[in-house]
Amino acid sequence: MSRNTLSVLVQDQPGVLARVASLFSRRGFNIESLAVGPTEVPNISRMTIVVNVEDLPLEQVTKQLNKLINVLKIVELEPDQSVQREIMLVKVKADLETRSHILETVQLFRAKVVDVAHDAVTIEATGAHEKLSALLKVLEPYGIRELVQSGMVAMGRGSRSISDRTVRSADKSA
Amino acid sequence: MTQEITGAQSLVQSMEAAGVEVVFGIPGGAILPVYDPMMDSTKIRHILVRHEQGAGHAAEGYASATGRVGVCMATSGPGATNLVTPISDAYMDSVPMVAITGQVPSAAIGTDAFQEADIRGITMPITKHNFLITNADEIPMAIARAFHIAGTGRPGPVLVDISKDALQAMTTFNWPEELDLPGYHPKTRPHSKQIREAAKLILSSRQPVLYVGGGVIRANASEALRKLADLTGIPVVTTLMARGAFPDSHPQHLGMPGMHGTVAAVGALQQADLLITLGARFDDRVTGKLATFAPKAAVIHADIDPAEIGKNRHADIPIVGDVAEVIPELITALQAEMDQGVRGDYEGWWVQLNRLRETYPLGYDLPDDGSLSPQYVIERLGKISGPESIYAAGVGQHQMWAAQFIGYEFPGTWLNSGGAGTMGYAVPAAMGAKVGRPDATVWAVDGDGCFQMTNQELATCTINDIPIKVALINNSSLGMVRQWQTLFYNERYSNTDLHSHRFPDFVKLAEAYGAHGLQCDSPDQVDSVIEKAMSLNDAPVVIDFVVHRDAMVWPMVAAGTGNDEIMYARSIAPEWGSEE
Repeated sequence: MSRNTLSVLVQDQPGVLARVASLFSRRGFNIESLAVGPTEVPNISRMTIVVNVEDLPLEQVTKQLNKLINVLKIVELEPDQSVQREIMLVKVKADLETRSHILETVQLFRAKVVDVAHDAVTIEATGAHEKLSALLKVLEPYGIRELVQSGMVAMGRGSRSISDRTVRSADKSA
Repeated sequence: MTQEITGAQSLVQSMEAAGVEVVFGIPGGAILPVYDPMMDSTKIRHILVRHEQGAGHAAEGYASATGRVGVCMATSGPGATNLVTPISDAYMDSVPMVAITGQVPSAAIGTDAFQEADIRGITMPITKHNFLITNADEIPMAIARAFHIAGTGRPGPVLVDISKDALQAMTTFNWPEELDLPGYHPKTRPHSKQIREAAKLILSSRQPVLYVGGGVIRANASEALRKLADLTGIPVVTTLMARGAFPDSHPQHLGMPGMHGTVAAVGALQQADLLITLGARFDDRVTGKLATFAPKAAVIHADIDPAEIGKNRHADIPIVGDVAEVIPELITALQAEMDQGVRGDYEGWWVQLNRLRETYPLGYDLPDDGSLSPQYVIERLGKISGPESIYAAGVGQHQMWAAQFIGYEFPGTWLNSGGAGTMGYAVPAAMGAKVGRPDATVWAVDGDGCFQMTNQELATCTINDIPIKVALINNSSLGMVRQWQTLFYNERYSNTDLHSHRFPDFVKLAEAYGAHGLQCDSPDQVDSVIEKAMSLNDAPVVIDFVVHRDAMVWPMVAAGTGNDEIMYARSIAPEWGSEE
């Protein structure tokens, strides 16, 4: 299995998320994570989808996605040529004894504490999948009370934008 | 100033603007506002069917026989869900169809209101696209887009669900000039480099086959295909969906490939060094076990849907494009090569194929007891009614025999449910075809199992003067399932005996619907009863052919096995002969 990151520009219309999700489920493709949000262009949303596939099905994934009328563009983002980030909020047990150790870990990972209670701290961390996994591993012995993670968002490096050409034609519609 | 009209009136005007001439449907609460203005339309004929499934298959039959977009209509909830089977059927067989459904008022959506069903959600995986419209102003654009999407690119079904309040609201009618579908650009023009490479490969191959699928019919590319075949001399196989795309009488036609294909067609694919795939999709019923399908063949794959290319079989030369454009460009490229003196040499290949064709022709054994053979009935039907007639089949043994033993010469004369395998397709599809092509003789070749799923549409046919003819191949059982039980379940016939030699009385049933009911149970009456049916055009005709039940469809590639394991008849495997 290999992990691939797809950036998908879609028309922001009701049901578009359901169409994409149902396509993945129907064709038996595995979604590892999916994040969706607005872009710099009104009426166009961007989905970042991490899929777990072999090479051949990835081509099928993009071809099938392309058949959806509301899908405007699909770009595969290679890890070494893109910035890929997830955000994580984690609530860790922290008493007087462990708190300083935890804060040290937070600094080490360039994460931050966003909430403090008398027996717990909530940490916000951003980064690549591997960094967040490593942070979690270090925090685990203290006792993780609650964990939430976003899907990955990603963007290609350099000056080019994937929405450049698509947007001009799609802008007026939707 | 533009006149204020209701959303329902706007819908009727939109359908008129889209060129709709016939709608098959049933009214109900949520769609009711549409039925009032539709009554006044001079352009649209609405045919009231007896079950929404019938409306859907009728729209499919109409579309497949005419090449135009078929239209069906239903109300919300159960009306809409009854369309699910034909929508799915149209999706599998790339039939251009627009389904219009009423939806509960927008304020009630999501409340589990009476007759509410999320038909947009339900049909998402079985439509090319679908719409939920809750604003009357959006109706013309949705209809224009629906017809465009359904009928262009790889055709398919599009559903437009419209809430009742949108149908009742006041609006103005504006037929859009631009559809503005930035995410929909079917690529019809093939890449010229791919075409040139394909031409070279074709002429350097020694054992090529034109593997022709239903796309050639949908693209209206039969004439072009004929020219390509004549120019190159390459053998042709036509899949179940492509019967009629190439004349059966043409000497280069090896017949149908696949699970019940001819030995020559199956053998040609297996031994080929090149498949020239045109509008076909390497369906499992054609390939058998994929890993052993056409093991020596390079593949040229031309299809308008890029997702079909490489989906099941790797394509050495992928060509995305409309086969109606691909084939002529291929002909030009081949001609250019030939003008340089490059010729294909397929002589040895034809020796091999002709031996297969002569040794293993399609055939059947007549029953020892003098009872009626279903294959004989279908063969005679094809001979007597001829290739100008349209034949719509149900699903099962009779469908395979109708694909095998009727000679097709023209596209759009063979209608069937190939991908979905929907029993009950034949009668309503024949009805739709007859509406679209009233001058053609239209036969439903149906089984007694299939017929009992949708025969209520005979009432529709009688009342609306749609005189279809039904050749009922009555073997009193679910024949294809029974065949599998014979072959793979030790002749344990669990729940396949329909007792339809006793009940119902099909002659009386036909008469009850105002149709002519005829019966035939002996070989010497077959011709005369068919001729009698041909002479009756004032009402539908049903011929109950009482046939023996042990006939089986041969050749057969058992499910899950490879095509090399095709059986010519029970326990008879073909000899492939030495290969050069």
